[in-house]
Amino acid sequence: MAGSQWELPPELCCRPMAFVALTGLDVVYNAVHRAIWDAFCANRRADRVPISFKVLPGDHEYPKCRTKRTSYEWYIPKGILKTGWMNKHLNLVPALVVLFYELDWDDPQWKEKQSECATKVEIVRTSLQGRNTKVAVVLIQKKTPLPPGEDLVASERAAALCNACDLSGKSLFVLPHTDHLVGYIIRLENAFYEHAQTYYYTEIRRVKSHKEFLNKTTHQLLFVRHQFKIAFFSELKQDTQNALKYYRTAYSLVHELRAHETNMLEIKTMAGFINYKICRLCFQHNTPLDAIAQFRKHIDLCKKKIGSAELAFEHTAWMSKQFQSFGELFDEAIKLGLTAIQTQNPGFYYQQAACYSQDRKLQAQQLCQAHRMSLPTPDPLETPTGGLDFYGQRPWRQGHQSIDPPDPEKEKAGILALQIKERDVPHSELIIALLSNAVAQFKKYKCPRMKSHLMVQMGEEYYHAKDYTKALKLLDYVMCDYRTERWWGLLTAILTTALRCAYLMANVKDYITYSMELLGRASTLREEQKSRIEKNLIKVLMNEVPDAEPECDPSSSTAAASLWNDRMALAGSNDFTIEVQDYVPFIQCKARFQSPSFHVDQPIQLQVFVRADCPHPVRFNKLAVSLSNQEYNQWCVVESSGQENMCLSPGATRCYNFSFVAKTEDVGKKIEMTGIEVMLGSETGRCVFLSWRGAGGDAASTHEALQAIRSLRHRGRGTEGRQELDWDSLTIQHSTMIISRVPKISVQLSHQPPALNNEMYCINFTVQSQEEAVARDVKLTAGLKPGQEANLSHTTYVTLNSSKVCDDSDPALLPDIPLGDLNPGEKSEAPYWVRAAITTVFQWLITLYSVDLFNSIIIVCAHICFSLKFEPLDRVAVDIPFLLMTDLLSSSPWPILLATSSLQLVTMTSKTAQLHSQLEQVVLQTGECASECFCLQCPPVANSSNTVATGQYLISWRSPDSPLVQTAVTLPHVILETVPLYIHAELPSFGRVRESLPVRYHIENRTALVQEVEMAVEPSDAFMFSGLKQVRLRILPGSEQQMLYNYYPLMAGYQTLPQLNISLPRCPTTNTHTLRRFLPQRIFVKPQGRQLDDASIAAA
Amino acid sequence: MAVCIAVIAKENYPLYIRSVPTQNELKFHYTVHTSLDVVEEKISAVGKAMADQRELYLGLLYPTEDYKVYGYVTNSKVKFVIVVDSSNTSLRDNEIRSMFRKLHNSFTDVMCNPFYNPGDPIQSKAFDGIVSGMMVQPS
Repeated sequence: MAGSQWELPPELCCRPMAFVALTGLDVVYNAVHRAIWDAFCANRRADRVPISFKVLPGDHEYPKCRTKRTSYEWYIPKGILKTGWMNKHLNLVPALVVLFYELDWDDPQWKEKQSECATKVEIVRTSLQGRNTKVAVVLIQKKTPLPPGEDLVASERAAALCNACDLSGKSLFVLPHTDHLVGYIIRLENAFYEHAQTYYYTEIRRVKSHKEFLNKTTHQLLFVRHQFKIAFFSELKQDTQNALKYYRTAYSLVHELRAHETNMLEIKTMAGFINYKICRLCFQHNTPLDAIAQFRKHIDLCKKKIGSAELAFEHTAWMSKQFQSFGELFDEAIKLGLTAIQTQNPGFYYQQAACYSQDRKLQAQQLCQAHRMSLPTPDPLETPTGGLDFYGQRPWRQGHQSIDPPDPEKEKAGILALQIKERDVPHSELIIALLSNAVAQFKKYKCPRMKSHLMVQMGEEYYHAKDYTKALKLLDYVMCDYRTERWWGLLTAILTTALRCAYLMANVKDYITYSMELLGRASTLREEQKSRIEKNLIKVLMNEVPDAEPECDPSSSTAAASLWNDRMALAGSNDFTIEVQDYVPFIQCKARFQSPSFHVDQPIQLQVFVRADCPHPVRFNKLAVSLSNQEYNQWCVVESSGQENMCLSPGATRCYNFSFVAKTEDVGKKIEMTGIEVMLGSETGRCVFLSWRGAGGDAASTHEALQAIRSLRHRGRGTEGRQELDWDSLTIQHSTMIISRVPKISVQLSHQPPALNNEMYCINFTVQSQEEAVARDVKLTAGLKPGQEANLSHTTYVTLNSSKVCDDSDPALLPDIPLGDLNPGEKSEAPYWVRAAITTVFQWLITLYSVDLFNSIIIVCAHICFSLKFEPLDRVAVDIPFLLMTDLLSSSPWPILLATSSLQLVTMTSKTAQLHSQLEQVVLQTGECASECFCLQCPPVANSSNTVATGQYLISWRSPDSPLVQTAVTLPHVILETVPLYIHAELPSFGRVRESLPVRYHIENRTALVQEVEMAVEPSDAFMFSGLKQVRLRILPGSEQQMLYNYYPLMAGYQTLPQLNISLPRCPTTNTHTLRRFLPQRIFVKPQGRQLDDASIAAA
Repeated sequence: MAVCIAVIAKENYPLYIRSVPTQNELKFHYTVHTSLDVVEEKISAVGKAMADQRELYLGLLYPTEDYKVYGYVTNSKVKFVIVVDSSNTSLRDNEIRSMFRKLHNSFTDVMCNPFYNPGDPIQSKAFDGIVSGMMVQPS
């Protein structure tokens, strides 16, 4: 109830609607009336006219109207607005009274009923004496009325009824009780609405008419009152634009009132009411900026109007309420579709309201603490009516409007009563409610930090309200936000409050946790405070009661001390594990493996660095590292059982080294640190395990490490040597890899690259063991490294057997060649052979396995082959002999012995008898070439394809000291063509200048047809000739024709023979060019020598 | 003149906060911290493409009953916040702007110091002097 003094009255906050009273309806016993009433009440949606209906008995007493004042001259108003006024016009004085009466036009007792109705109307009129309230009559009829004008009886009787009741025709309605009830009702209420509006219009006129009687000196209050009333009636009339205008005038008039201490509250109360109305209407008109501007103006005007200093809390309470109600209006408008923004949302108003409530609390504490006495009697706040006559007045001097209070004694008693009342107000509750409203808003408008800030305030308020559990919950929740954002000053402030809560609740674990962080490097506390906290912490660790936190109020501290004593007396539950990773504790811990990987035969080395930031040295009793394989944990513990000093001095880093040997099962696995524990306290007192996940570090260490890296970049190497250990730049290595040990076995390969294509290439390897024990069951895998080109593995063969040339049956990879056992120092050698048919560089894999050693050696050898070139002829004519010549070029770096070579022909036949190879036993040095020549002839081929396979050229060869290898080279295919005419010339090997040179051309017809041949010899500068220069002849199928010419060379040297032009009219495809190939083009002509038979000059 | 001046790192932790000694320092810390909500929102509202042409001065961040909070963000996302008493109506936008410019220049000098490690709290005396000049002088 205490807060309700400041609540806005509900009649102010509601939306004013025209008030229409319905009489003559018996809604309890009459079903028809009930249905009518329901139709009025139900489904009042926005599209229905805004009317509030009420069913009243026919003889209801309406509030009496005071007699009209004829003169204001001697009238002194007692206040601005009566408390009952708004309610009166909303709920008591109707704009229209509707009388329902059951009467049909053809009622047999019409006369009687008509007079009864008139009586009822009269009763209503009497009770509304002096008011402008309209009266209307609704006749409930069972029959559907005829269209107007047709029912003569009806119109006659209606007029009679109006006359009897003294009603205008517009105020008489007929409600046929038929199917379309709702439709009729809606039409009815629209008519009522019009009447109501007229009523309110006249009311406004009436109030306005008072104005001329007022004077500015004595009637200032009335100016405000009248404006307010006009505005309120306008609202009832639903004329919100004008209402807003009048409210604004009223608002400025309120501030023109002479304000003094006695009426300050009244002025502020009214200003608050009017401001509320203005803001509400502005939001309703969708002009939120106007609303905000009005509110700002209001606050600026009223902020300084504190009033009585002894009641300062009243002002802050009122201010808080102003902000709160504006926030609520704003929020309501948002729910109706207004959009708010981050910097302008209801949250700010709730926050400010909370802020004023906090001020109010402080003022209340200051002003009300002194009064320990009881309420004065009689209670000055009691009034005879139980309420106030005017808004915002003092109960002990109602209606008093002069500057000085009438009775100073009464005034004092009143103020005292108010102060005593204020003392019982649950301030914290109010503040928390406002703050949580604000939190909800800021959450909506993306203000996480504002939200955190308000939650801190809420937590602090809970602390003041002594609800420590809730306080801790809130503070704990936001602490981490401030920690991650590194606002240490704020974090420290929150932690300090949290520590107090933990102390007052005797919550040991939280107490330790917060103490640890307050001692840590993130805390901005001064040294002496840290020192105090550390001493307390040590006390707690020794199971003693800590000293009270300063700034706790003494009574709470005493209560807390007894709580602590109880807690200490309890045996057990003295072990705590505190996860410190997410805090910034005063003991820092970082751990690292010395290396990211260790061989299984080396001891694994682990370093744990510990450091304390507190002002006094701190002792701890145990340090343990847990690893992913828990079997190793036993090696990573250090305890203070011995003489070892486990004391951390402030600011100094201590390093603990651990080492252990990994198990062979862990080879290839990762060992990780899963946690580090430091035990503070002892088993006799209290044990606190600080536990870090992983390899230490805390909420602040990552950033520090980053900063350290940055600064090192600046400082360079200069400081590195000097500073033995820079804590911040210590990096964490939280895992290490266990890798297999390096085997002491050497594998050597000896071979002489390059290897030749197709050669049986020998690779020797030597395995030597330097192990101290026997290496058992050593196996070797040799061959092509898998995963290379598929082509390569198909053409590469590996064998251990040199006696046989390897072929397709041999694999590309020889797995698991057993080498037996290797004794220490023993050497094992083995050759193997490789043959590859493709020229490439490929990778060779040799893997040596041993039972107890896992190791693999990969050896890559380059491999180059030697090439064999073959120059093909382009086309070959059927049945005409041609020469095949092969060239062998050695690109091998060492001599190659060609054992033999041979041709394997497919379709062609050799013109010569098969001789032994011309290259037998020839040795080719690098870059040398060996050629062979064969004369071949191609028989006609049955099939139509133009190309024929020539065959293969087989060469047997070997490089020195390696077995004989045979290489087959597939000879290229040749294009075969058939010629209709074969022509060849028979001529001496050379000619001599000015000596006859007989040339005989043989022309063979190779077709089955008679061929007509045209021949012509072109003249040449180098020769004269005799014979047929141009001839046309026929050659029978299969026969040949000879043409003899005598050439007579004129010039010496290589001379072009006279061109023979041959054309076959029957075979146009065969022209001179194709035939000319068969004929020699040139001849060597010797000069006319003196030695006639010098045979030493040979022609080509 | 300002009642509180703060420099906030890119990662939103304070590099420097100075407030008038007469009032509750913690309150100013909270005010500056909460103003970062608005700063973040304003920065993110400017699209990535427009980031280059973004004006550094953010203007009035939000008004509270007692203070006005102004913001400024450098291109490297270091934030400057100036808190001014609401009752101080003599300060115009232009003057706030020039205060920020002065602050930025001095901050640049701090950054140019080879012995200053970016990200560490600012302890420069010169910077302190500039800030003191902009603060409300204790009377």
